[in-house]
Amino acid sequence: MTTITVNATAGSGIKAEQWVQMYRRMVSIRLFEEQVNELYTRALMPGLAHLYVGEEAVAVGICQALRREDYITSTHRGHGHCLAKGASPDRMFAELLGKEAGYCRGKGGSMHIADPATGNLGANAIVAGSVGIATGAAFSAKHLNNGRVAVCFFGEGALGQGVLYEVMNLAQLWKLPVIYVCENNLYTEYTHFSETTAGDILARGSAFGLQTASVDGQDVRAVYETAKRLIEHSRQGGGPALLLCNTYRYTGHHVGDINREYYRSKQEEQSWKSERDPIKRLANWLIEQKLSDSNLLAAIDAEVRSEMEKAVEFAISAPYPDVKEAEENVYA
Amino acid sequence: MPDAGARELTFAQAVREALAEEMRRDPRVCILGEDVAEAGTPFKVLSGLVEEFGTSRVIDTPISEAGFTGVAVGAAMTGLRPVVDIMFGDFITLTMDQMVNQAAKVHYMSGGTWKVPMVMRTTLGATRRSAAQHSQSLHAWFSHVPGLKIVLPSTPYDAKGLLKTAIRDENPVVFFEDKMMYRQKGPVPAEEYTIPFGVADIKRVGRDITLVGTSSMVQVALGAANLLEEAGISAEVIDPRTTWPLDEKALIESAKKTSRVIIMDEGYGRYGVAAELSAVIAEGAFYDLDAPVKRMGAMHVPIPFSPPLEDATVPTEKSVFEAARALCGKT
Ligand SMILES: Cc1ncc(C[n+]2csc(CCOP(=O)(O)OP(=O)(O)O)c2C)c(N)n1
Repeated sequence: MTTITVNATAGSGIKAEQWVQMYRRMVSIRLFEEQVNELYTRALMPGLAHLYVGEEAVAVGICQALRREDYITSTHRGHGHCLAKGASPDRMFAELLGKEAGYCRGKGGSMHIADPATGNLGANAIVAGSVGIATGAAFSAKHLNNGRVAVCFFGEGALGQGVLYEVMNLAQLWKLPVIYVCENNLYTEYTHFSETTAGDILARGSAFGLQTASVDGQDVRAVYETAKRLIEHSRQGGGPALLLCNTYRYTGHHVGDINREYYRSKQEEQSWKSERDPIKRLANWLIEQKLSDSNLLAAIDAEVRSEMEKAVEFAISAPYPDVKEAEENVYA
Repeated sequence: MPDAGARELTFAQAVREALAEEMRRDPRVCILGEDVAEAGTPFKVLSGLVEEFGTSRVIDTPISEAGFTGVAVGAAMTGLRPVVDIMFGDFITLTMDQMVNQAAKVHYMSGGTWKVPMVMRTTLGATRRSAAQHSQSLHAWFSHVPGLKIVLPSTPYDAKGLLKTAIRDENPVVFFEDKMMYRQKGPVPAEEYTIPFGVADIKRVGRDITLVGTSSMVQVALGAANLLEEAGISAEVIDPRTTWPLDEKALIESAKKTSRVIIMDEGYGRYGVAAELSAVIAEGAFYDLDAPVKRMGAMHVPIPFSPPLEDATVPTEKSVFEAARALCGKT
């Protein structure tokens, strides 16, 4: 494969195929979630599902700037983080359906996928539930001097939890390599963030002396560049950072949240989708820059689609765990 | 007990009606919680309240359980009667210091001078496929703490009457609602009524065995009692309704009458509510018992997501039926 070095517009000197890889990852997340929605509507999926559609550039841009052994912690809206860090869709779907072959042997489900092989310490169904864990991972990385960093993904709803500020303070005191990534998709469940968030978000980080930055979360190139800078600074001993990604979830808080007009308008949803879609934006840029063309991108879409279909089939036909499994793994 | 001919409400409607009536009666009552206003909570329990009472009394909070519970404690001490909404019972862990070290102790520590008339409403119950952090029944934690009162309604009628009592109580009260029960219907009279704390309700009269059930387990007990009847065993079903204050007398009397007891509570069996009720009965009815008191609760594991695993973690009509038959020596 020919490698094209991207010109100054991208600023990073990274290779064309890495942008194409980011394109593929974003498409993977989108199509994964499409299947989740389908599974849920066909009543094949138990429990709730919180889709990441619309926010793909955040997880992908940031995870692209990480190494495989770096850590992440994730949220109830975690499928995107998980895929972006390198998990495979078949075992994820199996987990979503509560099957033995799932990442957590069916015990965790959608909100608790974890994957040590890709540094994923786990999704979390408690808002801000993983901020301590991420900071702890950074603590051990520093202590063991293994050069790793930890990225802590959380929604802007987590800004309401006091523990976040306790760990930011600790992380700065101890100069820990942790990057707190606030995904502001504008709404907690059904409430606009301006009704629950006083003051300035980044100022909360700078109050503790964290490096801070805010970025258009619908622009994967901007996310990647900014994340790269903060991550490398942190990795070199520069201490923690807070990165605010401004983004939008296209669908409901969870798949059952269909009638949303009492908290946000259809026009608002439409304008984010048609004007700022992260996948379309990267595709257009790749084509403009002649780093790819629409046929190649369409081929990627088709490949990913069939990968997802196969993964779903695998999960549907996979067996449930034996009932005895319920009592296993309580203690290590 | 309501009249058979009374109108029917769902559990959720009964809760909402209790809140609405108390808010009309007493302007000091206000609601604090996440997505309680326009959204009416994810379970839609509070739908319509903000339209009637406005956003100054039905107040959306940030996702700050410790913070707004603490605010409720302070507000209760200084003239309001807040009702806080903790969406999932699992999140009470975030409010522990406010409830256990503050709310529960203020009255005592101040030598009876300050009072904390607040209510915390929250949920319990598994089998909703919500996994380990959204399925627990943690009412035993609060039941352990002096200074708190704990309510576990099992029918729409009880929910309404007990919630009104909770709001009028001068103490911090924690009110647990089974989230699987919100759509269940039952008779609720339109006329005003309240139900006192510390009074158990005999949900079914029987002779051979007592099934003590709390919250979600009352329906399971009633179902098991029907199965037992077909097997020629007459089961009494009794619901303490509040774990504190506790109607010890009613439990002991029922145990003395039937001489066999199973306690069913969806909390963990170990060190739980079932253990406490079992001890109360063992101490009070020892000489009348024909078998050791049996506890049935959630399996002692974090609630698994996978449906067949999750189903195995909670007592069912069938498992209670089997246990009761064994206890009666009729296997
Ligand atoms: C401590 C806690 N409180 C409440 C909830 C219920 N809950 C689940 S998701 C959510 C909103 C989260 O909003 P945000 O953090 O912005 O993430 P988003 O869903 O927008 O991705 C709430 C309130 C929870 N899971 N944990």
